[in-house]
Amino acid sequence: MAKATREAYGEALEEMGGLCSDIVVLDADLSKSTKTCVFAKAHPERFFNVGIAEQNLAGVAAGLAAAGKIPFISTFAMFATGRAYEQIRNSICYPKLNVKIAATHAGLTVGEDGASHQSIEDISLMRSIPNMTVVVPADAAETYQAIRFAVEYNGPVYIRLGRMAVPDLFAKEYIFQPGKAVRLLEGTAATIIATGIMVHIAKEAAEQLQAEGFSIRVLNIHTIKPIDKDAIVKAAEQTGAIVTCEEHSIIGGLSSAVAEVLVENFPVPMECVGVRDTFGESGIPKELLKKYGLTVDDVVLAVKKVIARKA
Amino acid sequence: MNIELITGLTETTLNIRKNIIRMITQAQSGHPGGSLSAVEILTYLYFQEMNIDPSNSKNPKRDRFVLSKGHAAPVLYATLAEKGFFPREELLTLRKINSRLQGHPDMKGIPGVDMSTGSLGQGLSAAAGMALAGKIDGNDYRVFALLGDGELEEGQIWEAAMFAAHYNLNNLTIFIDFNGLQIDGPICEVLSPLPVPEKWRAFGWNVLEINGHDMEAIHYAVQSAKLVLDKPTVIVSTTIKGKCISNMENVAEWHGKAPSISECEQFLFELSRGGL
Repeated sequence: MAKATREAYGEALEEMGGLCSDIVVLDADLSKSTKTCVFAKAHPERFFNVGIAEQNLAGVAAGLAAAGKIPFISTFAMFATGRAYEQIRNSICYPKLNVKIAATHAGLTVGEDGASHQSIEDISLMRSIPNMTVVVPADAAETYQAIRFAVEYNGPVYIRLGRMAVPDLFAKEYIFQPGKAVRLLEGTAATIIATGIMVHIAKEAAEQLQAEGFSIRVLNIHTIKPIDKDAIVKAAEQTGAIVTCEEHSIIGGLSSAVAEVLVENFPVPMECVGVRDTFGESGIPKELLKKYGLTVDDVVLAVKKVIARKA
Repeated sequence: MNIELITGLTETTLNIRKNIIRMITQAQSGHPGGSLSAVEILTYLYFQEMNIDPSNSKNPKRDRFVLSKGHAAPVLYATLAEKGFFPREELLTLRKINSRLQGHPDMKGIPGVDMSTGSLGQGLSAAAGMALAGKIDGNDYRVFALLGDGELEEGQIWEAAMFAAHYNLNNLTIFIDFNGLQIDGPICEVLSPLPVPEKWRAFGWNVLEINGHDMEAIHYAVQSAKLVLDKPTVIVSTTIKGKCISNMENVAEWHGKAPSISECEQFLFELSRGGL
């Protein structure tokens, strides 16, 4: 089965809305794309369209949270974290208000809309703000868990969601432990640390390497902040080499977060699979992932390279 | 309003003005001009209008106030201290290390501050969110906000203006501290937001225009806003930047400048004589 994390978000939000009457959902004229339309249909009295006005979207959510509500706000990751960055920083995170920013269409796999809509900086922007928690689910089951966590946790959370369908990695019974990396494959020669849609690509690469005789560990980092330092340090100690994989700029995203942990604790050779300081372009997701170096082959190459550097 | 009430409130405004001068002088930084222009508005709201209780500052049913022009923090702090939310002596810690009284309001630290503000243009959205929450829950609290006139140059204000009118947030009443000056000079020279009342009318608001230093005018405007059932209300309040200190009145340079010790003494003396 394959499903986009935005689809899973829409369904989870509808269900949580039925369980928790404090949840209020706001969208900026993209509810059909972000899938908040599912919540809107089920709970119309708690859904508010703010129109094409992302700064006000973040600001109204801050006010709702200050008055005891649990607002979820959704739009494309580009506009949520780019246009409304300072509102998120000053009106939501500085007062540590209980706002959930569930942003969809993150990364290059937005596809045909092109670079103006492809957010490759959002993890970097969001994780650098104090008081913010950053979660990047890898599949539908993990998205459901991430949304449940966001409802239960009191404080700002950024949830990065995708447009494109991704294969199921986890069963419905999967339990999400915030801040704890998930070990998908065991190995000793190197560790691939991946997030979001790159997790299944990383797993596939590791399986391919396994067939070639390399023993590769795969960690799914769904919570980029606070990051699981123990799992990263342990991976460095036990496998001696790290490859990070993210559908995001390597400047400030997962690779930076992992590198920050390694340099202070246990430096080992590291390679980064991610977007290399360039804008994307129009194309179908598969073509974009290939052109910008985010395929199984790219991960395999990076792992071989990092293992060679160990010596 | 009877004479005794107005006299009492006027006395409070003098205490608040003195504390604004004292705290900014002590801090040797801060924004006196736009704090002094808003004293009557905050005094009326906190001492006459708002349903608030310093001993229960987080009551979910309380009225709320958002200082969208967050740099006027001294007038908010002085008003809250006067009302009993925290000791008056603490005012002298304004802008100092380890103080709760940050240069711009921090709701996490200070009892009675309903929203953290400081970056202009953001407070109205938050106030609208609070008003919307009241509507959702069927609570009849009211939300007030104070905006600067220069702040109207921020685009987010107009996003929020559209939003509040679209969702008929008649429990939201805002003041515009229309003192005509911003840091770089007169608002009409820097980047004119004029005409102000017409803009809000066009955005679907109930618009009232008053002298923002006239307690009775503030009273009638706030009370009449309650009678409007389908629109938020904006009270465009003509004010004087630096009000009641002759050297400061209508001087843009006093937007963000602290008085010297001798100026402070002179200003306090002027205020102790009852102001201008």
